[in-house]
Amino acid sequence: MSDDRLTIGDTSFDSRLIMGTGGASSLDVLERSLIASGTELTTVAMRRLDPTVQGSVLSVLERLGIRVLPNTAGCFTAGEAVLTARLAREALGTDWIKLEVVADERTLLPDPVELLDAAETLVDDGFTVLPYTNDDPVLARRLQDAGCAAIMPLGSPIGSGLGIRNPHNFQLIVESAQVPVILDAGAGTASDVALAMELGCSAVMLASAVTRAQEPVLMAEAMRYAVEAGRFARRAGRIPRRHFAEASSPMAGMAALDPERPAF
Amino acid sequence: MNSLPMAVSLNGERRELATGTTLDTLVAEFTATGAGVAAAVNEAVVPRSRWAQTPLGEGDRIEVLTAVQGG
Repeated sequence: MSDDRLTIGDTSFDSRLIMGTGGASSLDVLERSLIASGTELTTVAMRRLDPTVQGSVLSVLERLGIRVLPNTAGCFTAGEAVLTARLAREALGTDWIKLEVVADERTLLPDPVELLDAAETLVDDGFTVLPYTNDDPVLARRLQDAGCAAIMPLGSPIGSGLGIRNPHNFQLIVESAQVPVILDAGAGTASDVALAMELGCSAVMLASAVTRAQEPVLMAEAMRYAVEAGRFARRAGRIPRRHFAEASSPMAGMAALDPERPAF
Repeated sequence: MNSLPMAVSLNGERRELATGTTLDTLVAEFTATGAGVAAAVNEAVVPRSRWAQTPLGEGDRIEVLTAVQGG
């Protein structure tokens, strides 16, 4: 156990990488990817029970000892999302919910009005709410004021792999947040994840970047190290950016080795 | 016991059930244990402990959900 743990609500985690399970080509690839990622918290979606489906993502998570985080993916209204959260609580025995209320299928961008409405209802109902939100510092503050346990701004649209399009907004969100800020959506590769952590995110949530990579298990391992590297760099404190060079070797004591230059 | 059929919607599909059928009987057709499963009737969650005491009625909309890969 490290001394730099991620705390959400009343629970602490050693890993700062939250994995999704969507997009994996098989449960076997998913299981090996989850192990390689080191994740301790993983999302699932709630869908109609299909008795013909073989194998269950829940049994994989149970076997690996990974905490399940149900989401409300696919919901377009606060009402749908609240009902989905309550069904997830009943089915899975957890009052944690990754709250997603999107505006349209083309962008899958969060609908801020419905999102805040659902968040307020679910917090009142005793849920630990982790909202997927726009990278809007004002909305982030409103969600925090509503009692959300974390803020999960998007870097760019879900599955786009476009990384963090507005790093400045992430800095603003992190500066005023009293709860963990978690990059959610948009990570394409390891450098996106490292940047999120360097900007002060407490964790990163991703799925497609791993499950749809050419080698998902290898990418899962890359993401694990990217989260750690970015976190270390944030804690270490980066050097300030400068316009001109600053030599790292001393100029004092240089030998006179150029005959064109006067030695004294 | 009246066994006249009634029509309900189960996960979006029309089903005919004997009048008086309770929710637990219907869910048992899907899954033996009910583990990881939740049910809603007419957009309201019915806790598992109440499935056996929940008779279904003509036109009820029943949704039976579980966790799948996602997010």
